[in-house]
Amino acid sequence: MSLFQLWAFIVKEALDKSFLVAKFFCAVHVTDTYLCSTALVHGPSMLPTFNLTNEIVLLERISTQNGKAGPGDVVVLRSPENPRKFVTKRIIGTEGDNITYIVDPKNSDRTETIIVPKGHVWVQGDNIYNSYDSRNFGPVPYGLLQGKVFWRIWPAGVFGSIGRRPETVDPALKVVEQSNPS
Amino acid sequence: MRSTSFLWNVCKSSFTFGLIGLTVSDRVASVVPVRGLSMSPTFNPPNNTSSGLFTDDHVLVEKRCLTDYKFSHGDVVVFCSPRNYKEKQIKRITGMPGDWISVPSSYDAVRIPEGHCWVEGDNPTDSLDSRSFGPIPLGLIRGRATHVLWPPQRVGKIDKKLPRSGLSF
Repeated sequence: MSLFQLWAFIVKEALDKSFLVAKFFCAVHVTDTYLCSTALVHGPSMLPTFNLTNEIVLLERISTQNGKAGPGDVVVLRSPENPRKFVTKRIIGTEGDNITYIVDPKNSDRTETIIVPKGHVWVQGDNIYNSYDSRNFGPVPYGLLQGKVFWRIWPAGVFGSIGRRPETVDPALKVVEQSNPS
Repeated sequence: MRSTSFLWNVCKSSFTFGLIGLTVSDRVASVVPVRGLSMSPTFNPPNNTSSGLFTDDHVLVEKRCLTDYKFSHGDVVVFCSPRNYKEKQIKRITGMPGDWISVPSSYDAVRIPEGHCWVEGDNPTDSLDSRSFGPIPLGLIRGRATHVLWPPQRVGKIDKKLPRSGLSF
């Protein structure tokens, strides 16, 4: 083969491989944006459903894109106070619902009632004593919801689905009870 | 046999093309038509006698700004309406977090909270914007409009008009 033919062959191979990489990247992007994605959850606001340490969850994007995420669902949303931050909370009510909430459970029993406006949802952490949520930043427009959390993949000990009700017992403790029946 | 493999190849190519197109439109830029008169005369100035798909202005909306959400006064942005997440609207940012906006209807001044912005249409008489639904979270923004691509006589960069009145710092 002449030098030119060799050069042309190498260039064609390089282009083919880069095109393959580009196609793979696009497939990953489309799956991550429209189907299913992962998220890191940490912090005390969703105890005991999610532990203080980092947990990795799977979120599905189809429910939030079609307006099917409703009360009881744990969702990941962009914080209304910082668009680059994602928070994980549970939806307590959607538009039109009457929500009565305890404003500051650590200090008083005062409650307030609010009707969630059109196009918005009310989110709260499962641990209302230590959660910065709609009680602080108000109802959240539906467009900020990123996805519904449906499965926990790490830590491996508590691998499993996320229910529509707050956990009453730390899921890690439940696993210990099952393996050591007393 | 040859026709089925041809059909399969066509399907594969369209699927690949679709994936790449979708990724580019999400991450780089896309072209969107502008409906309505809320941004007259910047888009759809009033000399159009009929409005339809070919007479609507089409603009280039860039998505690179969504990596760090750094917007400023005068940017024309596309965002999901806070009243209906399926509707996308296009308006100009006239207030950033920390600004005070004076609402003409009442004698109040509203402070724009952290992470929110105030959007207004360039045509205040025919625009449903922050004067009705309040400041919107920056997280609702889906892109920034940079250029007009259609009609050909108005192709060009979109100016960053600074807000006129209604702001007091």
